[in-house]
Amino acid sequence: MSWLTRGRARIQQILGRRDVPDNLWTKCRGCGTMLYTKEFEANLSVCPACGHHERIGPAARFALLFDGAVFERIPVEMPADDPLKFRDLKRYPERLKAARAATGEADALALAKGTIGTVPSVVGVQDFAFLGGSMGVGVGAAFVRAAEVALAERRPFVMVTAAGGARMQEGILSLMQMPRTTVMVARLKEAGVPYVVVLTDPTTGGVTASYAMLGDVHIAEPGALIGFAGARVIESTIREKLPEGFQRAEYLLAHGMVDMVVRRHELAATLGRLLRHLTRTPEPA
Amino acid sequence: MSTYLEFEAGVAALETSAARAEGEGRAAEAAELRERATRQLKDLYARLTPWQRTLVARHPARPHIPHYLAGLFTEVMPLAGDRLYGEDPAIVGALARFEGQSVVVIGHAKGEDTESRLRHNFGMARPEGYRKAQRLMQLADRFGLPVITFVDTPGAFPGVDAEERGQAEAIARTTETCLAIGVPLVALIVGEGGSGGAVAIAAGNRVLMLEHSIYSVISPEGCASILWRTPAGRGSKAPEAAEAMKVTAADLLRLGVIDRIVYEPVGGAHRDHALTMTRVRTALAEELAALEAQPRAALREARREKFLKMGAL
Repeated sequence: MSWLTRGRARIQQILGRRDVPDNLWTKCRGCGTMLYTKEFEANLSVCPACGHHERIGPAARFALLFDGAVFERIPVEMPADDPLKFRDLKRYPERLKAARAATGEADALALAKGTIGTVPSVVGVQDFAFLGGSMGVGVGAAFVRAAEVALAERRPFVMVTAAGGARMQEGILSLMQMPRTTVMVARLKEAGVPYVVVLTDPTTGGVTASYAMLGDVHIAEPGALIGFAGARVIESTIREKLPEGFQRAEYLLAHGMVDMVVRRHELAATLGRLLRHLTRTPEPA
Repeated sequence: MSTYLEFEAGVAALETSAARAEGEGRAAEAAELRERATRQLKDLYARLTPWQRTLVARHPARPHIPHYLAGLFTEVMPLAGDRLYGEDPAIVGALARFEGQSVVVIGHAKGEDTESRLRHNFGMARPEGYRKAQRLMQLADRFGLPVITFVDTPGAFPGVDAEERGQAEAIARTTETCLAIGVPLVALIVGEGGSGGAVAIAAGNRVLMLEHSIYSVISPEGCASILWRTPAGRGSKAPEAAEAMKVTAADLLRLGVIDRIVYEPVGGAHRDHALTMTRVRTALAEELAALEAQPRAALREARREKFLKMGAL
Protein backbone atom coordinates (compact mmCIF):
# COMPACT_ATOMS: atom_id res chain seq x y z
CA MET A 1 0.00 0.00 0.00
CA SER A 2 1.43 3.35 -1.00
CA TRP A 3 1.70 6.26 1.40
CA LEU A 4 -1.08 7.87 -0.60
CA THR A 5 -3.65 5.15 -0.05
CA ARG A 6 -2.54 4.74 3.54
CA GLY A 7 -3.08 8.46 4.06
CA ARG A 8 -6.49 8.21 2.51
CA ALA A 9 -7.43 5.27 4.70
CA ARG A 10 -6.47 7.36 7.72
CA ILE A 11 -8.52 10.30 6.54
CA GLN A 12 -11.44 8.00 5.86
CA GLN A 13 -11.17 6.60 9.36
CA ILE A 14 -11.24 10.08 10.80
CA LEU A 15 -14.16 11.12 8.65
CA GLY A 16 -16.01 7.92 9.43
CA ARG A 17 -15.64 7.11 5.71
CA ARG A 18 -18.54 9.29 4.81
CA ASP A 19 -19.39 9.61 1.11
CA VAL A 20 -15.88 10.11 -0.15
CA PRO A 21 -16.61 9.35 -3.81
CA ASP A 22 -13.36 7.60 -4.67
CA ASN A 23 -13.04 5.38 -1.61
CA LEU A 24 -12.96 2.17 -3.56
CA TRP A 25 -11.23 0.33 -0.77
CA THR A 26 -11.74 0.44 2.98
CA LYS A 27 -9.32 -0.88 5.52
CA CYS A 28 -11.02 -2.73 8.37
CA ARG A 29 -10.18 -1.05 11.66
CA GLY A 30 -10.53 -4.37 13.40
CA CYS A 31 -8.18 -6.62 11.45
CA GLY A 32 -6.63 -4.41 8.77
CA THR A 33 -8.06 -6.37 5.84
CA MET A 34 -8.59 -4.27 2.70
CA LEU A 35 -12.24 -4.47 1.73
CA TYR A 36 -14.00 -3.43 -1.44
CA THR A 37 -16.06 -0.51 -0.11
CA LYS A 38 -19.24 -1.36 -2.03
CA GLU A 39 -19.24 -4.89 -0.69
CA PHE A 40 -18.34 -3.70 2.80
CA GLU A 41 -21.27 -1.30 2.83
CA ALA A 42 -23.59 -3.92 1.37
CA ASN A 43 -22.51 -6.00 4.35
CA LEU A 44 -23.80 -3.17 6.63
CA SER A 45 -20.22 -1.98 7.25
CA VAL A 46 -19.40 -5.18 9.11
CA CYS A 47 -16.05 -6.73 8.20
CA PRO A 48 -16.63 -10.16 6.63
CA ALA A 49 -13.19 -11.27 7.85
CA CYS A 50 -13.28 -10.38 11.56
CA GLY A 51 -16.84 -9.22 12.25
CA HIS A 52 -15.77 -5.71 13.28
CA HIS A 53 -18.79 -3.36 13.30
CA GLU A 54 -17.75 -0.04 11.77
CA ARG A 55 -19.55 3.13 12.90
CA ILE A 56 -22.41 4.13 10.61
CA GLY A 57 -24.36 7.38 10.39
CA PRO A 58 -28.09 8.14 10.65
CA ALA A 59 -28.89 7.58 6.95
CA ALA A 60 -27.48 4.06 6.88
CA ARG A 61 -28.94 3.27 10.31
CA PHE A 62 -32.47 4.36 9.42
CA ALA A 63 -32.33 2.37 6.18
CA LEU A 64 -31.17 -0.66 8.11
CA LEU A 65 -33.76 -0.53 10.92
CA PHE A 66 -37.04 0.48 9.27
CA ASP A 67 -39.14 -2.06 7.37
CA GLY A 68 -38.34 -1.83 3.65
CA ALA A 69 -35.97 1.07 4.41
CA VAL A 70 -39.05 3.31 4.39
CA PHE A 71 -39.05 6.15 6.89
CA GLU A 72 -39.89 9.77 7.36
CA ARG A 73 -37.45 12.18 8.95
CA ILE A 74 -38.68 14.13 11.97
CA PRO A 75 -37.25 17.63 11.73
CA VAL A 76 -35.23 18.85 14.71
CA GLU A 77 -34.95 22.48 15.63
CA MET A 78 -31.61 24.14 15.16
CA PRO A 79 -30.61 25.34 18.62
CA ALA A 80 -29.08 28.73 19.36
CA ASP A 81 -25.43 28.43 18.40
CA ASP A 82 -22.73 28.98 20.92
CA PRO A 83 -24.63 29.92 24.09
CA LEU A 84 -21.38 30.49 26.00
CA LYS A 85 -19.44 32.22 23.19
CA PHE A 86 -16.94 29.42 23.64
CA ARG A 87 -13.51 29.56 22.18
CA ASP A 88 -10.68 27.04 22.50
CA LEU A 89 -8.16 26.56 19.70
CA LYS A 90 -11.05 27.19 17.30
CA ARG A 91 -14.29 29.04 17.77
CA TYR A 92 -17.21 26.74 18.50
CA PRO A 93 -19.42 28.07 15.64
CA GLU A 94 -16.64 27.13 13.21
CA ARG A 95 -16.56 23.61 14.59
CA LEU A 96 -20.36 23.40 14.32
CA LYS A 97 -20.34 24.69 10.76
CA ALA A 98 -17.72 22.18 9.70
CA ALA A 99 -19.66 19.33 11.33
CA ARG A 100 -22.88 20.38 9.61
CA ALA A 101 -21.16 20.60 6.24
CA ALA A 102 -19.49 17.21 6.67
CA THR A 103 -22.61 15.34 7.81
CA GLY A 104 -25.52 17.27 6.34
CA GLU A 105 -27.23 17.02 9.75
CA ALA A 106 -28.33 19.88 12.05
CA ASP A 107 -26.75 18.34 15.12
CA ALA A 108 -25.53 15.02 16.47
CA LEU A 109 -28.96 13.42 16.91
CA ALA A 110 -31.17 12.68 13.89
CA LEU A 111 -34.77 11.43 14.13
CA ALA A 112 -37.12 9.44 11.92
CA LYS A 113 -40.29 7.42 12.14
CA GLY A 114 -41.54 4.35 10.34
CA THR A 115 -42.30 0.76 11.24
CA ILE A 116 -39.92 -1.81 12.70
CA GLY A 117 -41.19 -5.39 12.41
CA THR A 118 -44.64 -3.87 11.67
CA VAL A 119 -44.58 -1.75 14.87
CA PRO A 120 -44.82 2.02 14.28
CA SER A 121 -41.75 3.47 16.00
CA VAL A 122 -39.63 6.56 16.48
CA VAL A 123 -35.89 6.13 16.06
CA GLY A 124 -33.13 8.49 17.16
CA VAL A 125 -29.61 7.98 15.84
CA GLN A 126 -26.65 9.71 17.37
CA ASP A 127 -23.94 10.52 14.83
CA PHE A 128 -20.37 10.05 16.00
CA ALA A 129 -19.16 11.90 12.91
CA PHE A 130 -20.86 15.06 14.22
CA LEU A 131 -18.43 16.40 16.85
CA GLY A 132 -18.02 12.94 18.32
CA GLY A 133 -21.78 12.56 18.77
CA SER A 134 -21.43 14.85 21.76
CA MET A 135 -24.49 15.83 23.74
CA GLY A 136 -25.31 19.52 23.87
CA VAL A 137 -28.50 21.53 23.83
CA GLY A 138 -29.27 20.43 20.25
CA VAL A 139 -29.04 16.74 21.12
CA GLY A 140 -31.12 17.34 24.25
CA ALA A 141 -33.78 19.15 22.23
CA ALA A 142 -33.90 16.37 19.62
CA PHE A 143 -34.22 13.73 22.34
CA VAL A 144 -37.11 15.65 23.90
CA ARG A 145 -38.75 15.96 20.45
CA ALA A 146 -38.43 12.22 19.77
CA ALA A 147 -39.97 11.38 23.13
CA GLU A 148 -42.81 13.86 22.54
CA VAL A 149 -43.65 12.23 19.20
CA ALA A 150 -43.45 8.79 20.80
CA LEU A 151 -45.79 9.88 23.60
CA ALA A 152 -48.26 11.67 21.33
CA GLU A 153 -48.49 8.78 18.86
CA ARG A 154 -47.88 6.04 21.44
CA ARG A 155 -45.02 4.59 19.40
CA PRO A 156 -41.99 2.94 20.98
CA PHE A 157 -38.85 5.10 21.00
CA VAL A 158 -35.66 3.34 19.91
CA MET A 159 -32.58 5.36 20.74
CA VAL A 160 -29.31 4.41 19.01
CA THR A 161 -26.51 5.95 21.06
CA ALA A 162 -22.98 6.94 20.02
CA ALA A 163 -21.07 9.70 21.78
CA GLY A 164 -17.78 10.64 23.29
CA GLY A 165 -19.82 12.32 26.03
CA ALA A 166 -21.02 15.84 26.74
CA ARG A 167 -20.22 18.75 24.40
CA MET A 168 -17.65 20.71 26.37
CA GLN A 169 -18.11 23.83 24.27
CA GLU A 170 -21.59 24.18 25.75
CA GLY A 171 -20.22 23.85 29.28
CA ILE A 172 -22.76 23.43 32.06
CA LEU A 173 -25.66 23.51 29.57
CA SER A 174 -24.43 20.23 28.12
CA LEU A 175 -24.35 18.73 31.63
CA MET A 176 -27.94 19.89 32.15
CA GLN A 177 -29.02 17.75 29.20
CA MET A 178 -28.56 14.72 31.48
CA PRO A 179 -31.50 15.60 33.76
CA ARG A 180 -33.36 17.15 30.81
CA THR A 181 -33.42 13.92 28.80
CA THR A 182 -34.05 11.88 31.95
CA VAL A 183 -37.33 13.76 32.48
CA MET A 184 -38.55 12.49 29.11
CA VAL A 185 -37.49 8.91 29.89
CA ALA A 186 -39.54 9.14 33.09
CA ARG A 187 -42.57 10.34 31.11
CA LEU A 188 -42.25 7.49 28.61
CA LYS A 189 -42.08 4.97 31.42
CA GLU A 190 -45.08 6.43 33.22
CA ALA A 191 -47.08 6.40 29.98
CA GLY A 192 -46.12 2.78 29.27
CA VAL A 193 -44.45 3.67 25.98
CA PRO A 194 -41.45 1.38 25.37
CA TYR A 195 -38.03 3.02 25.40
CA VAL A 196 -35.32 0.79 23.96
CA VAL A 197 -31.63 1.69 23.81
CA VAL A 198 -29.25 0.36 21.16
CA LEU A 199 -25.70 1.05 22.31
CA THR A 200 -23.17 1.44 19.52
CA ASP A 201 -19.48 2.24 19.39
CA PRO A 202 -18.60 4.35 21.33
CA THR A 203 -21.08 5.34 24.05
CA THR A 204 -19.34 7.07 26.95
CA GLY A 205 -19.49 9.85 29.52
CA GLY A 206 -22.63 11.82 30.26
CA VAL A 207 -24.62 10.06 27.56
CA THR A 208 -24.04 6.67 29.15
CA ALA A 209 -24.72 8.21 32.56
CA SER A 210 -28.17 9.40 31.49
CA TYR A 211 -30.51 8.17 28.76
CA ALA A 212 -28.27 5.36 27.46
CA MET A 213 -28.58 3.41 30.73
CA LEU A 214 -32.29 4.01 31.37
CA GLY A 215 -33.92 1.87 28.69
CA ASP A 216 -36.58 -0.77 29.27
CA VAL A 217 -34.24 -3.02 27.31
CA HIS A 218 -30.59 -2.47 26.36
CA ILE A 219 -29.14 -3.94 23.15
CA ALA A 220 -25.45 -3.48 22.29
CA GLU A 221 -23.59 -3.98 19.03
CA PRO A 222 -20.65 -6.42 19.18
CA GLY A 223 -17.38 -4.90 20.35
CA ALA A 224 -18.91 -1.49 21.07
CA LEU A 225 -17.02 0.58 23.66
CA ILE A 226 -19.49 1.47 26.40
CA GLY A 227 -18.59 3.12 29.69
CA PHE A 228 -18.60 6.16 31.90
CA ALA A 229 -14.95 7.18 32.26
CA GLY A 230 -12.51 7.10 29.37
CA ALA A 231 -9.78 4.46 29.35
CA ARG A 232 -6.98 7.05 29.54
CA VAL A 233 -8.54 8.74 32.57
CA ILE A 234 -8.90 5.40 34.34
CA GLU A 235 -5.35 4.34 33.51
CA SER A 236 -3.92 7.59 34.81
CA THR A 237 -6.01 7.30 38.00
CA ILE A 238 -5.21 3.71 38.92
CA ARG A 239 -1.86 3.49 37.10
CA GLU A 240 -2.37 0.01 35.79
CA LYS A 241 -3.23 -1.61 32.49
CA LEU A 242 -6.88 -2.20 31.85
CA PRO A 243 -8.18 -5.75 31.54
CA GLU A 244 -8.68 -7.25 28.07
CA GLY A 245 -12.10 -6.48 26.65
CA PHE A 246 -12.74 -3.83 29.33
CA GLN A 247 -15.80 -1.63 28.61
CA ARG A 248 -16.70 -3.63 25.51
CA ALA A 249 -20.29 -4.71 24.81
CA GLU A 250 -19.54 -8.30 25.85
CA TYR A 251 -18.03 -7.07 29.16
CA LEU A 252 -21.20 -5.07 29.87
CA LEU A 253 -23.30 -8.14 29.07
CA ALA A 254 -21.27 -10.19 31.55
CA HIS A 255 -21.65 -7.46 34.19
CA GLY A 256 -25.41 -7.16 33.83
CA MET A 257 -25.61 -3.77 32.15
CA VAL A 258 -27.07 -4.83 28.78
CA ASP A 259 -29.65 -7.48 27.90
CA MET A 260 -28.05 -8.76 24.74
CA VAL A 261 -25.29 -8.24 22.20
CA VAL A 262 -26.75 -8.39 18.71
CA ARG A 263 -24.97 -8.45 15.33
CA ARG A 264 -26.01 -5.68 12.97
CA HIS A 265 -27.48 -8.20 10.52
CA GLU A 266 -29.96 -9.35 13.16
CA LEU A 267 -30.62 -5.97 14.73
CA ALA A 268 -33.79 -5.00 12.83
CA ALA A 269 -35.37 -8.43 13.28
CA THR A 270 -34.46 -8.48 16.98
CA LEU A 271 -35.91 -5.03 17.54
CA GLY A 272 -39.04 -5.97 15.64
CA ARG A 273 -39.57 -9.03 17.84
CA LEU A 274 -38.89 -7.02 21.00
CA LEU A 275 -41.21 -4.15 20.06
CA ARG A 276 -43.99 -6.59 19.14
CA HIS A 277 -43.69 -8.16 22.60
CA LEU A 278 -43.68 -4.84 24.42
CA THR A 279 -46.63 -3.46 22.44
CA ARG A 280 -48.49 -6.79 22.42
CA THR A 281 -48.55 -6.79 18.63
CA PRO A 282 -49.36 -10.15 17.00
CA GLU A 283 -46.69 -12.08 15.16
CA PRO A 284 -46.79 -11.21 11.44
CA ALA A 285 -48.25 -13.87 9.20
CA MET B 1 -3.01 28.03 60.71
CA SER B 2 -4.47 29.13 57.42
CA THR B 3 -3.32 27.94 54.04
CA TYR B 4 -2.85 30.78 51.59
CA LEU B 5 -3.55 30.32 47.92
CA GLU B 6 -1.01 31.40 45.33
CA PHE B 7 -2.84 34.62 44.46
CA GLU B 8 -3.09 35.60 48.14
CA ALA B 9 0.66 36.15 48.54
CA GLY B 10 0.22 39.87 49.22
CA VAL B 11 -2.32 39.22 51.95
CA ALA B 12 -0.11 36.52 53.46
CA ALA B 13 2.85 38.92 53.64
CA LEU B 14 0.77 41.60 55.35
CA GLU B 15 -0.63 39.16 57.88
CA THR B 16 2.83 37.77 58.63
CA SER B 17 4.13 41.29 59.21
CA ALA B 18 1.14 42.04 61.43
CA ALA B 19 1.85 38.96 63.52
CA ARG B 20 5.51 40.00 63.87
CA ALA B 21 4.55 43.57 64.86
CA GLU B 22 2.16 42.20 67.42
CA GLY B 23 4.80 39.87 68.82
CA GLU B 24 7.16 42.80 69.21
CA GLY B 25 4.60 44.90 71.05
CA ARG B 26 3.78 47.32 68.22
CA ALA B 27 0.02 47.01 68.54
CA ALA B 28 -0.99 50.05 66.51
CA GLU B 29 1.17 48.99 63.56
CA ALA B 30 -0.19 45.46 63.77
CA ALA B 31 -3.77 46.71 63.68
CA GLU B 32 -3.03 48.86 60.67
CA LEU B 33 -1.37 45.98 58.81
CA ARG B 34 -4.32 43.74 59.61
CA GLU B 35 -6.70 46.32 58.25
CA ARG B 36 -4.68 46.59 55.06
CA ALA B 37 -4.70 42.81 54.72
CA THR B 38 -8.48 42.70 55.10
CA ARG B 39 -8.94 45.47 52.54
CA GLN B 40 -6.70 43.68 50.08
CA LEU B 41 -8.52 40.41 50.68
CA LYS B 42 -11.85 42.10 50.07
CA ASP B 43 -10.60 43.62 46.80
CA LEU B 44 -9.10 40.34 45.70
CA TYR B 45 -12.25 38.31 46.38
CA ALA B 46 -14.51 40.89 44.79
CA ARG B 47 -12.98 40.09 41.40
CA LEU B 48 -11.68 36.53 41.49
CA THR B 49 -11.05 34.95 38.10
CA PRO B 50 -12.86 31.67 37.38
CA TRP B 51 -9.59 29.80 37.91
CA GLN B 52 -8.91 31.51 41.25
CA ARG B 53 -12.44 30.61 42.27
CA THR B 54 -11.70 27.00 41.33
CA LEU B 55 -8.77 27.06 43.76
CA VAL B 56 -10.96 28.56 46.50
CA ALA B 57 -13.66 25.94 45.85
CA ARG B 58 -11.00 23.25 46.41
CA HIS B 59 -9.42 24.87 49.46
CA PRO B 60 -8.70 22.12 52.00
CA ALA B 61 -10.05 24.21 54.91
CA ARG B 62 -13.34 25.00 53.19
CA PRO B 63 -16.38 23.76 55.14
CA HIS B 64 -17.23 20.20 54.12
CA ILE B 65 -20.18 17.93 54.83
CA PRO B 66 -19.09 17.11 58.43
CA HIS B 67 -19.03 20.84 59.22
CA TYR B 68 -22.49 21.34 57.77
CA LEU B 69 -23.87 18.31 59.59
CA ALA B 70 -22.47 19.60 62.89
CA GLY B 71 -23.29 23.24 62.28
CA LEU B 72 -26.80 23.13 60.86
CA PHE B 73 -28.46 19.97 62.11
CA THR B 74 -29.33 18.20 65.35
CA GLU B 75 -30.14 14.53 66.04
CA VAL B 76 -27.93 13.49 63.13
CA MET B 77 -28.17 9.76 62.34
CA PRO B 78 -25.85 8.63 59.54
CA LEU B 79 -27.23 5.76 57.43
CA ALA B 80 -25.00 3.37 55.54
CA GLY B 81 -25.04 1.06 52.56
CA ASP B 82 -26.77 0.57 49.23
CA ARG B 83 -28.22 -2.88 50.18
CA LEU B 84 -26.73 -4.23 46.96
CA TYR B 85 -22.98 -4.29 47.31
CA GLY B 86 -21.41 -2.03 49.89
CA GLU B 87 -20.97 1.18 51.79
CA ASP B 88 -19.24 4.07 50.03
CA PRO B 89 -17.83 6.73 52.36
CA ALA B 90 -17.48 9.16 49.42
CA ILE B 91 -21.18 9.95 49.80
CA VAL B 92 -22.65 10.30 53.26
CA GLY B 93 -26.33 10.17 54.06
CA ALA B 94 -28.18 10.87 57.26
CA LEU B 95 -31.49 11.48 58.92
CA ALA B 96 -31.23 14.80 60.72
CA ARG B 97 -33.23 17.67 62.14
CA PHE B 98 -33.10 21.10 60.49
CA GLU B 99 -34.85 24.01 62.23
CA GLY B 100 -36.86 21.46 64.19
CA GLN B 101 -37.91 19.42 61.17
CA SER B 102 -36.74 15.93 60.18
CA VAL B 103 -34.96 15.81 56.81
CA VAL B 104 -32.68 13.52 54.81
CA VAL B 105 -29.19 14.91 54.16
CA ILE B 106 -27.02 13.54 51.36
CA GLY B 107 -23.60 14.87 50.43
CA HIS B 108 -20.18 14.12 49.02
CA ALA B 109 -17.42 13.76 51.61
CA LYS B 110 -13.88 14.70 50.55
CA GLY B 111 -12.11 14.08 53.84
CA GLU B 112 -10.15 16.44 56.07
CA ASP B 113 -6.65 14.95 56.28
CA THR B 114 -4.60 12.45 54.33
CA GLU B 115 -6.05 9.44 56.08
CA SER B 116 -9.68 10.49 55.80
CA ARG B 117 -9.21 11.76 52.24
CA LEU B 118 -8.13 8.26 51.28
CA ARG B 119 -11.04 6.72 53.16
CA HIS B 120 -13.51 9.06 51.42
CA ASN B 121 -11.68 8.67 48.10
CA PHE B 122 -11.40 12.47 47.80
CA GLY B 123 -15.17 12.71 47.34
CA MET B 124 -15.16 10.58 44.20
CA ALA B 125 -18.07 8.19 44.66
CA ARG B 126 -18.49 4.69 43.32
CA PRO B 127 -21.79 3.17 42.15
CA GLU B 128 -22.65 2.05 45.68
CA GLY B 129 -22.47 5.67 46.85
CA TYR B 130 -24.96 6.74 44.21
CA ARG B 131 -27.18 3.75 44.93
CA LYS B 132 -27.15 4.65 48.62
CA ALA B 133 -28.27 8.16 47.62
CA GLN B 134 -31.15 6.62 45.63
CA ARG B 135 -32.15 4.49 48.60
CA LEU B 136 -32.18 7.47 50.96
CA MET B 137 -34.14 9.66 48.54
CA GLN B 138 -36.74 6.91 48.25
CA LEU B 139 -36.82 6.62 52.03
CA ALA B 140 -37.37 10.38 52.29
CA ASP B 141 -40.14 10.11 49.70
CA ARG B 142 -41.90 7.36 51.66
CA PHE B 143 -41.91 9.29 54.91
CA GLY B 144 -42.51 12.77 53.52
CA LEU B 145 -39.12 14.16 54.53
CA PRO B 146 -37.49 16.97 52.54
CA VAL B 147 -34.08 16.17 51.03
CA ILE B 148 -31.08 18.51 51.30
CA THR B 149 -27.98 17.65 49.27
CA PHE B 150 -24.48 19.09 49.65
CA VAL B 151 -22.55 18.79 46.39
CA ASP B 152 -18.76 18.72 46.54
CA THR B 153 -16.94 16.32 44.22
CA PRO B 154 -14.22 16.43 41.57
CA GLY B 155 -16.37 13.85 39.74
CA ALA B 156 -17.52 10.25 40.00
CA PHE B 157 -14.63 7.81 40.53
CA PRO B 158 -13.01 6.70 37.27
CA GLY B 159 -11.91 3.18 38.15
CA VAL B 160 -12.16 -0.36 36.88
CA ASP B 161 -14.29 -1.49 39.82
CA ALA B 162 -16.66 1.45 39.39
CA GLU B 163 -17.13 0.68 35.70
CA GLU B 164 -17.56 -3.01 36.44
CA ARG B 165 -20.44 -2.28 38.82
CA GLY B 166 -22.15 0.15 36.46
CA GLN B 167 -21.03 3.67 37.35
CA ALA B 168 -23.00 5.14 34.43
CA GLU B 169 -26.17 3.26 35.33
CA ALA B 170 -25.85 4.29 38.97
CA ILE B 171 -25.52 7.98 38.07
CA ALA B 172 -28.37 7.85 35.54
CA ARG B 173 -30.67 6.11 38.00
CA THR B 174 -29.82 8.58 40.77
CA THR B 175 -30.71 11.56 38.56
CA GLU B 176 -33.92 9.74 37.67
CA THR B 177 -34.68 9.32 41.38
CA CYS B 178 -34.10 13.04 42.01
CA LEU B 179 -36.68 13.75 39.32
CA ALA B 180 -39.19 11.20 40.66
CA ILE B 181 -39.58 11.93 44.35
CA GLY B 182 -42.58 13.84 45.69
CA VAL B 183 -40.82 15.70 48.50
CA PRO B 184 -38.87 18.97 48.36
CA LEU B 185 -35.30 18.57 47.09
CA VAL B 186 -32.90 21.44 47.67
CA ALA B 187 -29.33 21.08 46.39
CA LEU B 188 -26.46 23.27 47.51
CA ILE B 189 -23.15 23.27 45.62
CA VAL B 190 -20.64 23.94 48.38
CA GLY B 191 -17.31 23.33 46.62
CA GLU B 192 -16.76 21.52 43.34
CA GLY B 193 -19.76 20.47 41.31
CA GLY B 194 -17.89 18.04 39.10
CA SER B 195 -19.84 16.72 36.15
CA GLY B 196 -22.25 13.76 36.20
CA GLY B 197 -21.08 12.79 39.66
CA ALA B 198 -22.46 16.11 40.90
CA VAL B 199 -25.66 16.47 38.87
CA ALA B 200 -26.76 12.99 40.01
CA ILE B 201 -27.67 14.46 43.43
CA ALA B 202 -28.27 18.04 42.29
CA ALA B 203 -31.41 17.79 40.14
CA GLY B 204 -33.46 19.62 42.77
CA ASN B 205 -36.45 21.95 42.96
CA ARG B 206 -33.99 24.62 43.95
CA VAL B 207 -30.27 24.61 43.23
CA LEU B 208 -28.15 26.93 45.35
CA MET B 209 -24.48 27.69 45.08
CA LEU B 210 -21.95 29.12 47.49
CA GLU B 211 -20.44 32.25 45.96
CA HIS B 212 -16.99 30.79 45.29
CA SER B 213 -17.95 27.25 44.41
CA ILE B 214 -17.85 25.99 40.82
CA TYR B 215 -20.13 23.72 38.78
CA SER B 216 -19.00 22.32 35.45
CA VAL B 217 -19.33 19.56 32.88
CA ILE B 218 -15.66 18.63 33.23
CA SER B 219 -12.80 19.90 35.39
CA PRO B 220 -10.92 22.88 33.89
CA GLU B 221 -7.83 20.63 33.71
CA GLY B 222 -9.75 17.91 31.88
CA CYS B 223 -11.26 20.39 29.43
CA ALA B 224 -7.84 21.95 28.78
CA SER B 225 -6.23 18.57 28.15
CA ILE B 226 -8.88 17.65 25.57
CA LEU B 227 -9.55 20.94 23.77
CA TRP B 228 -6.18 22.66 24.17
CA ARG B 229 -4.19 19.42 24.41
CA THR B 230 -2.14 20.71 27.31
CA PRO B 231 -1.05 18.38 30.11
CA ALA B 232 -2.00 19.07 33.74
CA GLY B 233 0.40 21.11 35.82
CA ARG B 234 2.61 23.91 34.54
CA GLY B 235 1.65 25.21 31.12
CA SER B 236 -1.89 23.87 31.45
CA LYS B 237 -4.59 25.95 29.86
CA ALA B 238 -6.90 25.14 32.78
CA PRO B 239 -7.35 28.85 33.65
CA GLU B 240 -8.48 29.52 30.06
CA ALA B 241 -10.79 26.51 30.16
CA ALA B 242 -12.32 27.67 33.46
CA GLU B 243 -12.96 31.05 31.85
CA ALA B 244 -14.47 29.60 28.66
CA MET B 245 -16.70 27.03 30.36
CA LYS B 246 -18.50 29.55 32.61
CA VAL B 247 -18.16 27.70 35.89
CA THR B 248 -18.87 30.42 38.46
CA ALA B 249 -22.03 30.98 40.48
CA ALA B 250 -22.72 34.34 38.82
CA ASP B 251 -22.43 32.78 35.33
CA LEU B 252 -24.69 29.89 36.24
CA LEU B 253 -27.31 32.14 37.77
CA ARG B 254 -27.34 34.13 34.52
CA LEU B 255 -27.72 30.92 32.49
CA GLY B 256 -30.64 29.82 34.67
CA VAL B 257 -28.83 26.69 35.83
CA ILE B 258 -28.91 27.70 39.51
CA ASP B 259 -31.54 29.63 41.45
CA ARG B 260 -29.66 31.42 44.18
CA ILE B 261 -26.17 32.40 45.31
CA VAL B 262 -25.25 32.15 48.98
CA TYR B 263 -22.63 34.84 49.57
CA GLU B 264 -19.48 33.91 51.45
CA PRO B 265 -17.60 35.77 54.18
CA VAL B 266 -14.78 38.08 53.04
CA GLY B 267 -11.90 35.94 51.80
CA GLY B 268 -14.02 32.82 51.30
CA ALA B 269 -16.01 30.33 53.39
CA HIS B 270 -12.84 28.76 54.79
CA ARG B 271 -11.97 32.00 56.65
CA ASP B 272 -15.21 32.02 58.66
CA HIS B 273 -17.08 28.75 59.05
CA ALA B 274 -19.54 30.19 61.58
CA LEU B 275 -20.71 33.01 59.32
CA THR B 276 -20.95 30.58 56.40
CA MET B 277 -23.20 28.33 58.48
CA THR B 278 -25.47 31.24 59.39
CA ARG B 279 -25.93 32.26 55.78
CA VAL B 280 -26.47 28.70 54.56
CA ARG B 281 -29.00 28.09 57.34
CA THR B 282 -31.00 31.18 56.36
CA ALA B 283 -30.98 30.29 52.66
CA LEU B 284 -31.98 26.65 53.20
CA ALA B 285 -34.72 27.59 55.66
CA GLU B 286 -36.23 30.08 53.20
CA GLU B 287 -36.10 27.65 50.29
CA LEU B 288 -37.62 24.77 52.25
CA ALA B 289 -40.38 26.97 53.64
CA ALA B 290 -41.38 28.01 50.12
CA LEU B 291 -41.53 24.38 48.94
CA GLU B 292 -43.19 22.78 51.94
CA ALA B 293 -46.71 23.94 51.20
CA GLN B 294 -46.71 22.34 47.74
CA PRO B 295 -48.42 18.99 47.09
CA ARG B 296 -46.34 16.00 45.99
CA ALA B 297 -47.36 16.02 42.32
CA ALA B 298 -46.71 19.75 42.01
CA LEU B 299 -43.23 19.41 43.51
CA ARG B 300 -42.30 16.66 41.09
CA GLU B 301 -43.80 18.39 38.07
CA ALA B 302 -42.14 21.73 38.85
CA ARG B 303 -38.77 19.98 39.17
CA ARG B 304 -39.23 18.23 35.82
CA GLU B 305 -40.35 21.38 34.01
CA LYS B 306 -37.36 23.24 35.38
CA PHE B 307 -34.87 20.73 33.93
CA LEU B 308 -36.83 20.28 30.70
CA LYS B 309 -36.17 23.94 30.00
CA MET B 310 -32.40 23.74 30.45
CA GLY B 311 -30.91 25.26 27.31
CA ALA B 312 -34.27 25.33 25.51
CA LEU B 313 -35.02 28.31 23.30
